[in-house]
Amino acid sequence: MPSRGGPVDEALELAYRTDRGRVLACLIGIVKDFDLAEDALQDAFAAAAETWPRRGIPANPAGWLVTTGRRKVVDRLRRAAAAERRHRVWGELSIAWDAGEGTGPIADDRLRLIFTCCHPALSLEARVALTLRSMGGLTTEEVARAFLLSAPALAQRIVRAKRKIREAGIAYRVPSPDQLPERLDAVLTVIYLIFNAGYLAGSGTELVRVDLCDEALRLAGLVVDLLPDEPEPLGLAALLHFQDSRRSARVDADGRPLTLEEQDRGRWDRDKANTGFALLDRARAKHAVGPHQLKAAIGALHTGAPQAGRTDWATIVLLYDRLVEWEPTPIVRLNRAVAVAMADAPAAGLAILDDAHLSTELDDYHLFHSARADLLRRSGRLDEAATAYRRARDLTDNTVEQSFLGRRLDELSASFDEPGSTVSR
Amino acid sequence: MQYMLIIHNDPELHPQPGGPGWDQLMADYAAFSEQLGSYTGAPLNDPSTATTIRVRDGKTLTVDGPFAETKEWMSGYYVIDCDELDQALKAAAMVPSAKYGSVEVRPVAEM
Repeated sequence: MPSRGGPVDEALELAYRTDRGRVLACLIGIVKDFDLAEDALQDAFAAAAETWPRRGIPANPAGWLVTTGRRKVVDRLRRAAAAERRHRVWGELSIAWDAGEGTGPIADDRLRLIFTCCHPALSLEARVALTLRSMGGLTTEEVARAFLLSAPALAQRIVRAKRKIREAGIAYRVPSPDQLPERLDAVLTVIYLIFNAGYLAGSGTELVRVDLCDEALRLAGLVVDLLPDEPEPLGLAALLHFQDSRRSARVDADGRPLTLEEQDRGRWDRDKANTGFALLDRARAKHAVGPHQLKAAIGALHTGAPQAGRTDWATIVLLYDRLVEWEPTPIVRLNRAVAVAMADAPAAGLAILDDAHLSTELDDYHLFHSARADLLRRSGRLDEAATAYRRARDLTDNTVEQSFLGRRLDELSASFDEPGSTVSR
Repeated sequence: MQYMLIIHNDPELHPQPGGPGWDQLMADYAAFSEQLGSYTGAPLNDPSTATTIRVRDGKTLTVDGPFAETKEWMSGYYVIDCDELDQALKAAAMVPSAKYGSVEVRPVAEM
């Protein structure tokens, strides 16, 4: 897109950022074909770049883009009317067209689109890429950068996913009621993954990180708006708000990550946290608990504690007990063990971690060893703690995590009286 | 659209003729096939009964068995008509052997 910086360019830029997803969803709703709709979208933006400087910026840019995009599809189909598949699309297009002028039922289209993008028959990477590209305001380059991929590699991933949608017959629709819980969960998982990709990104990619977090918050809000009667999207949105409220307090001045205990709670974003509380209240009012609501409730207890020492760990343990029923994953059980250690005593948490089953499953996971090291340190078993910290450090390639674990090891050796003790070995 | 449901089984985990669970499995297959209505499909005999041929330079090479040394092997298939993938996935989840092995869902290519 040309960037001369005039009002038309600004309007185009704004339309691209804010309306691209809506317009694309609407066009896919009309033509039922990702590629055709994306081509039409490109055509519409190209036409806007040409027309708006001469005739002025339309009052409703999104509506203008949909109308123009639809016209461009017709042009394209006329040119390529020979193919049989296109004839089918052509038929559906004229039906959609007869249904009425204007921008159509945009909300329904967006809902169908996000369910299609997050279909479990697609790989998780493909779901994330498709969702960000189709629903979001980020460009291919921005999405690629956020996931450390080249733009062509990302584009190829998207092309492959779109081909599978078409060839395997993944329908462009909201799932039937019996499938909705499972499929909604798949949508929420993708959004949570997008958020975490931003939240857990290493240092040096600050801008990209924030982009992904904001994008995930926006997508969660979108699903809440589209399915207002479902409690789980509200739970996810609340959870993301609680986590995001701690965004700027998560690292120290040197960019090193801080644990919840070490963070300056005065730097937590209270407005964001309050939005989280309000969302969680709305979810609770539906009286249908689910995993995202449980995670949000745990987040709420952390956020509501005025000091780390006043965290209600006993209730957090109860919430983890329920969460394990929904998600009996090793990671959830690891987090539960840490909560038990805080509510009861480090030894109680260690007993859970040293359960043969869990320690085998998580032996390659650095956070297992760092959590275990932490509990060993609190129990005064410093030698074993040092060994566990070192194992954790060896298991992660993330330099920020490595320096964090290195700092823990230094603290540990400082707590030994004798120089040259076992810890520095 | 047409989809092929390709059933893969590990014989050590799957009920065997005359063994425990076999009669129930056969009854489940009969009920499932009836529910499908129109379909094509069949169970397959085990890989030790297979013969593989290749044609190279106009000559036919015939060998005993398949080459792949896998624990799971294709034990049967269905070809069904569906409007979309979700329907086919639902049917696949109802294949009685899905409890023991796996069912691959592949769209039939339109030529």
